[in-house]
Amino acid sequence: MKIHVTDHDGAEHELDALPGWRVMEIIRDWELPIKAECGGACACATCHVYVNEDWLDRLPELSDEELDQLAVLKDRRANSRLSCQVLMSEELDGIKVALAPASRP
Amino acid sequence: MTTIMMTKAAHKTDVIIIGAGPCGLFAVFELGLLGLSAHLVDILDKPGGQCAELYPEKPIYDIPAWPVISGQDLTDRLMEQIAPFSPQFHFGELAESLIKTPEGLWRITTDAGTSIEAPVIVIAAGGGSFMPKKPPLDGIEAYENESVFYAVRKIESFRGKRVVIAGGGDSALDWTLNLQPVAERVTLVHHRDGFRAAPHSVARMKQMAADGLIDFVVGKLDGLAGQAPTLSGVTVTAADGQRTLPAERFLCFFGLTMKLGPIAEFGLNFSENLIPVDTEKFETSVPGIFAIGDINHYPGKLKLILSGFHEAALMSQAAFQICRPGERLRFQYTTSSTQLQQRLKVA
Repeated sequence: MKIHVTDHDGAEHELDALPGWRVMEIIRDWELPIKAECGGACACATCHVYVNEDWLDRLPELSDEELDQLAVLKDRRANSRLSCQVLMSEELDGIKVALAPASRP
Repeated sequence: MTTIMMTKAAHKTDVIIIGAGPCGLFAVFELGLLGLSAHLVDILDKPGGQCAELYPEKPIYDIPAWPVISGQDLTDRLMEQIAPFSPQFHFGELAESLIKTPEGLWRITTDAGTSIEAPVIVIAAGGGSFMPKKPPLDGIEAYENESVFYAVRKIESFRGKRVVIAGGGDSALDWTLNLQPVAERVTLVHHRDGFRAAPHSVARMKQMAADGLIDFVVGKLDGLAGQAPTLSGVTVTAADGQRTLPAERFLCFFGLTMKLGPIAEFGLNFSENLIPVDTEKFETSVPGIFAIGDINHYPGKLKLILSGFHEAALMSQAAFQICRPGERLRFQYTTSSTQLQQRLKVA
């Protein structure tokens, strides 16, 4: 299982992923720069990513908690998600995300 | 200004702890067992740090002997555990400067003008100081502290003003309710008709809106109007289109984020926003200044609360040697030592 991550400088990384892991945890585990200061509690928006359009339909629905966090982001786009709220599963194998400015450490 | 600050007598203590999160709180316990007193400074208005601010309701599963405990319960238990040592808290204050006094003590001064002196400093600041998250509005900085605020420090400055409040948590709701009798008009703006706040506050706000005492707008913030720093209105887009809500004051409660803040200027070594320490004493590059918990780094470091607890215990041994030079430190167990039990106020 893989995820594809574009970092803040535009470099692309293919990372091994595990089912049930949060995308944020995978990015952090491979030591790419991601702030993720609340550690996955959906309380800070510092794991903000842009999800490649092809994958948007396959993502879990936004919770009110996640919406509240996204609502206050300067760089929010239609494909914005918090990577701590996306859990890896078979159908997300190969997902492409880009780290947004708010996730810079 | 300087004269006024100088006339305030400095508090004296054994150890000044910067940060009242779980590690700072447990440090009070370990220091207290050794007979050392502590003052704590925290920018939040309550103890618990991240545990209390970011995830008070979330379960934590890796605290020894607690199969599951919430961030708030952990904080409450720690407060109970350290109560016998009567720590002095300075909440809502930012540790702003650190200097060495002519007597060889460290002196911390806060943004509120509080001075504290001690032979030992413990930095337990986690990810840094909590600072307000700002809304994504261009040019907002030019209005700050004049007409745009992220906290209410003086209610009087809102008297007779038209106030727009943004946010969907307890702070936004509480201040909507509290400022209603004081302000000319209060308008609450949130991006959805749902709140993460005490249900009774939400119900009261809804009733006030129904009674025409306040306005509640579901909409997105677009911008600020008026020649900065003077505000004339807040522009929002609601279901019925864009409009500008007239306002002289804008209060924004979008939660908090962590920034390293003034400790970066304390003369310590930093490596990627972390403070390198040794693993015997958890002392920084500056003798007498220790760092424990999420803010420190050493080979093998794990950012876990339990690691911070261990670090607090070892740090305290070293702090004793500095605070009580020449005295012999005896290793004792709380189960059997009368002295420790007296300090714990159980014997």
